[in-house]
Amino acid sequence: MTDVTNQTRTTEAQMGDYFALMKPRVMQLVVFTALVGLLVAPVGVNPFIGFVAILCIAVGAGASGALNMWWDADIDAIMKRTVKRPIPSGAVQPGEALGIGAALSFFSIVLLFLATNALAAGLLAFTIFFYLVIYSMWLKRSTPQNIVIGGAAGAFPPMIGWAVATGSVSIESILMFALIFMWTPPHFWALALFVKSDYGDAGVPMLTETHGRDTTRKHIIAYCVPLVVVALWLGFTSIGGPFYLLVALALNIWFLKGCYDIWKRTDADCEADNHAVEKHTFKVSLYYLFGHFGALLVEAVLRAYGLTAWAGW
Amino acid sequence: MAIKVEHEIHTRRKGRNAGVGLLLLGLIGIVFGLTVVKVLGLTDVRQMERFDHVARPAIEPGALEAAERRAAEIAADAAAEAEASE
Repeated sequence: MTDVTNQTRTTEAQMGDYFALMKPRVMQLVVFTALVGLLVAPVGVNPFIGFVAILCIAVGAGASGALNMWWDADIDAIMKRTVKRPIPSGAVQPGEALGIGAALSFFSIVLLFLATNALAAGLLAFTIFFYLVIYSMWLKRSTPQNIVIGGAAGAFPPMIGWAVATGSVSIESILMFALIFMWTPPHFWALALFVKSDYGDAGVPMLTETHGRDTTRKHIIAYCVPLVVVALWLGFTSIGGPFYLLVALALNIWFLKGCYDIWKRTDADCEADNHAVEKHTFKVSLYYLFGHFGALLVEAVLRAYGLTAWAGW
Repeated sequence: MAIKVEHEIHTRRKGRNAGVGLLLLGLIGIVFGLTVVKVLGLTDVRQMERFDHVARPAIEPGALEAAERRAAEIAADAAAEAEASE
């Protein structure tokens, strides 16, 4: 973290600026996956406690986003994609972001502990620690595998949701974690192949720049194959079922084909069609994740009404 | 003395102050709601049926078995009495 010098705004920060610190778009994924983790668990939770738990997880994720912006303010000021964020734009002071991030982290962890259990609160605390210290402070600027290991921070929410309901970690929650963890690298590398980033200028090693685009294509297919195994395995656990398996099968064939197509391409192919395959596969990866978690939710509803018996499940 | 705006910071920070106020109200609501849920023991949704103030043997652990045992004992006693009177 260094001083940010290109501040362009002098007006007072409003609530919207502070809200932007919390990376609301990332929060959507966090809320959705945590909610699914909570709802598919075999143990019911009081609706109000469930609401407070999801709120705590969302605020905890937002707090880690604010802490990340505080730490990365120097590189955010260099990259075009991030230059309009609240700190580099001058709307919020770095110290404010640190204070807000630390306070919200503390409140969300304590409230989650009081509302639910120590395991869920401990997992949330570890997620914030992992995102700030392991990913932002350590890996992001030191290894091109930053996306891979940093993806773990985004993979914890369904595990926390499950822990809120059951007070435990089980194979189902581990597989939900693994699904997001294995999905993150091909998702981001597909994006990295068609977006001209300035990570290099900011001193952040990205695989496309350190090892080249061919190596990135190989990595995409290499992560996609175990991802398929994890996604289908989830279908044979207590939260899976015939509906989930059908959806998972279709989504995995679709995504695997996209990754395979990327793997077979060259830079010349990409230039010729303006990265059409990479853009398409990136879009499919979004449907992929929301599709799987949506299918888990539908499966839970079907199971609750005894509608999976037709398949002998 | 009437309350009036004394400094420009009052108007400049109006939005922020309102936002902080709403957040604090939300926090109070959450703590109050959690207190109600915890104090009334509603954390386990399976137990919520208990609070309709009507005896529900079906949801009392072991209550049905105890009632069946008691009924069997009464029936056995009645049979023994009938046998003795004959």
